[in-house]
Amino acid sequence: MRPDDRHYLSSHEWIKISGETGIIGITDFAVEELSSGNEGDLVYCDLPEVGRVLENGETFGEIESVKAVADLNTPLAGEVSEVNTAIEDHLEIVAEDPWERGWMIKIKLSNKDTGKLLSAAAYEEILAKQS
Amino acid sequence: MNKDKLLFEKSTRGSRTLRLGKLDVPPADLSALPAGSLRQKAPMLPEIGELDLVRHYVLLSKKNISITDSFYPLGSCTMKYNPLTNEAIVQNPGLADLHPAEDDGRVQGALRIMKTLADGLAAITGLPGVTLHPAAGAQGELTALLVAHAHFHASGQSQRTKVLIPDSAHGTNPASAVIAGLEAVEIKSGEDGLVDLEDLSSKLGEDTAVLMITNPSTLGLFETNIAKISEMVHAAGGLVYMDGANLNAIMGIARPADFGVDMMHINLHKTFSTPHGGGGPGAGPICVTEALESYLPSPRVVEEENGLRLDYDSPRSIGMLRGWAGNFGVLARAYSYMRRLGAEGIRRVAENAVLNANYLRTQLSDAYHVPYDRMCMHEFVCNNRKQREHGIHALDVAKRLIDLGYHPMTIYFPLVVSEAMMIEPTETESKATLDAFIADMLLIADEAKNNPEKLHAAPVTTPVGRLDEARAVKQPVLRYASSS
Repeated sequence: MRPDDRHYLSSHEWIKISGETGIIGITDFAVEELSSGNEGDLVYCDLPEVGRVLENGETFGEIESVKAVADLNTPLAGEVSEVNTAIEDHLEIVAEDPWERGWMIKIKLSNKDTGKLLSAAAYEEILAKQS
Repeated sequence: MNKDKLLFEKSTRGSRTLRLGKLDVPPADLSALPAGSLRQKAPMLPEIGELDLVRHYVLLSKKNISITDSFYPLGSCTMKYNPLTNEAIVQNPGLADLHPAEDDGRVQGALRIMKTLADGLAAITGLPGVTLHPAAGAQGELTALLVAHAHFHASGQSQRTKVLIPDSAHGTNPASAVIAGLEAVEIKSGEDGLVDLEDLSSKLGEDTAVLMITNPSTLGLFETNIAKISEMVHAAGGLVYMDGANLNAIMGIARPADFGVDMMHINLHKTFSTPHGGGGPGAGPICVTEALESYLPSPRVVEEENGLRLDYDSPRSIGMLRGWAGNFGVLARAYSYMRRLGAEGIRRVAENAVLNANYLRTQLSDAYHVPYDRMCMHEFVCNNRKQREHGIHALDVAKRLIDLGYHPMTIYFPLVVSEAMMIEPTETESKATLDAFIADMLLIADEAKNNPEKLHAAPVTTPVGRLDEARAVKQPVLRYASSS
């Protein structure tokens, strides 16, 4: 079971809400899909500048592996308040721990309506259908 | 062993392939050159004897893999046999030694080749306006989008800037849209792998410029709704562009113009058997409807009473995207292929390409999961679902194929299938070759279950084993740096 303290998108991003801040990352499934069996397979991640204003669902960056490039989408709208610079040259952190240390950006939420986002259970149902 | 060394590393001071005699003319006076332009040190060229030089290149050539030594089922790339007849024909000095600026009157034969090839492509596609100018498929895409843009601009519809692209498309499609200054919009695939008509409908509108569709799709499926899709795009005022990468499956059987295509490119270096892989040269002619013809790049070959000529007088043309009139050597090879086959042969190519792909699909679909397991066109996509529990990825299957003497299939494309393995046998392979490949693929499926380490360790027969792909992306070393 994936962490149920956060919300999910079917495009495999998660958001964890803490007060006015949303912490955003990608799921272990996304990491697995991008990799071909080695934890060093993620090679590049393009993250936004602090201060960029994102709308619901907007693409804020992209992540590249030896296999493919994928967009990173924000589950909720807000202004980027912090970027996890620790992962930029060390994407193995995302591969090892996508839920905590591998977070990507924090946003100051302008919208906290999680009605359209997926719960951990709903996200897992989608994964079950895909495999 | 110094077999894997670069020429620079093999260099020994004083070694020569050819010794020049004593200088018997006065040395040139270089004093007029600006001091900054005068080299102070000799360039660091490798110095090597002739026999060692020959060995160097022969050893390199032995490491090469091509369609001439192994089955090469690289999906989406149409690695068919490149007939030797093509090569014999283009080596004719009357073709090989032409200068592109030669007077039209002296190159009537070459112009005839270009004109006949263009007419043939028009007949196959049903689209009468042809330019042989683009140097590759992606440049064909860009050319067509610029043609569409010019057409909309001329008819006061400059607001049409959106290019709709299904999620199974080649990555070049959205890239071409962006380079053309337009905006790429993704269209979803439905559960059957075909374009989701509802999603398409919701994205069509006043701002629609072009739908770029690959038919058959990269999943090897014919878009059965293509006529309806074209109708929807036309009703919204947009144009339909077909990525012709997969024309090999339908040429001589279905004419794209008949299912509503307004523009398309043709990869001569795939469908028309000219060599490819290794970066070119290619040729990606585009064919368009009569309404769009006047925007095509110039020059184009036109026929007049006193012969053929290159026509540069086309005021509405989008201009040139490259030098001269096209990659002539590639065009001549494609012409040779087309004339050798004739209309009947062209159709037989498509029939056999589809037959070979379906034979492989049906023989492999027990051992490998085929997500869209129905009649395919010239290629099909399977994945690792049945091997996943043993820790086997598409990459492992591909690497093991190398040890068994094959160029692997395309992996990890299209992106809509997880761990995709995309297999395209082409029409030029015999049943015996296909049967041997099937046996080896079944062997790999068995090894995946009973000896997965063998797959993880592959390849073991190559000069180097698993490459560090991540490091190759992050820290590419693209030039030799001397240590001295």
